[in-house]
Amino acid sequence: MSAWGSGLWPWYVAGPLLGLFVPALLIVDNKLFGFSSNLRHLCSALVPGEVEFFRYDWRKTGLWNLVFMSGTLIGGFLATHGGTPHDVAISMQTRVSLAKLGIHDFTGIAPRELFTWHALLTLRGFVCVVVGGFLVGFGTAYAGGCTSGHAISGLADLQPPSLIAVIGFFAGGVAATYFVLPLLF
Amino acid sequence: MTTTSQLTESPSLRRPALLVYLLLGIAFGIVLTKSEVLSWFRIQEMFRFQSLRMYEIIGSAVVTATASVALIKRLRLKSAYGEAIAIPPKQLGTGIRYAVGGTIFGLGWALTGACPGPLFALVGAGIPVLAVAILSALLGTWIYGWLRPRLPH
Repeated sequence: MSAWGSGLWPWYVAGPLLGLFVPALLIVDNKLFGFSSNLRHLCSALVPGEVEFFRYDWRKTGLWNLVFMSGTLIGGFLATHGGTPHDVAISMQTRVSLAKLGIHDFTGIAPRELFTWHALLTLRGFVCVVVGGFLVGFGTAYAGGCTSGHAISGLADLQPPSLIAVIGFFAGGVAATYFVLPLLF
Repeated sequence: MTTTSQLTESPSLRRPALLVYLLLGIAFGIVLTKSEVLSWFRIQEMFRFQSLRMYEIIGSAVVTATASVALIKRLRLKSAYGEAIAIPPKQLGTGIRYAVGGTIFGLGWALTGACPGPLFALVGAGIPVLAVAILSALLGTWIYGWLRPRLPH
């Protein structure tokens, strides 16, 4: 069976491959790997308004990244349509924790109890999709980067601001997991 | 035809590299999906410290990127367009933007189960409702831009 169709890639393949996007983009044209800038570029392209943060030449600064972003969407499509779909084999402990929370459907890459059009009309679906999305957009813009820009590119260049940001990522994530999610079920 | 001629006239689009970015983006989407780092379930496993997998992935990504950047600096490599490779340093300032902004993003990361890259890959991977999360993220970014002069950085 080919590696393509055989499902989950081991961490020692996936991790180094993700890390290689940093040197690849630097070598192609001195670009810094960072995905959340695309949210700013899209705002700048679509609704800049009178906001100074969005008044810049997004084509010059961000067109390469928006093309990369489109590729990411296509890649997600290709990867799910190139092999047999399978469930995410999370640890038994996590299954138990999530079942206690009220998640019972473990099929697919994201729980159907939260991420369907129907679930969007429930409190928990709305909070996870709409509120969660808002916090991702606001937080990455405020912090000036996300997992790629700070956790991978920033740490790789040994930048102290990125370490502070990454500690914040995990503090926020753990807080939402233990204090916000239980309120929704 | 009009579109094609407009595209070839634009100097930034004439750079052959755009196709390279598309291919790199596709590769990124495939890695995110095949490694399951875009899965809400995996993110929960990580934030509950119930598996090492996500830490091994992020850790080995950081080690690989760090070694590559060190090598690029040591060898003073130039980009394919002949420019010296340089990473602009981030300004620390008070550090508030990194601590507070980072924590706010972390809250959203656990709720959506996705950072910005995975949000786009997930829409491609068959979770279309996350397009709403992307729109909401755009609103969040826009509100930040609007509030920016009044926020501590």
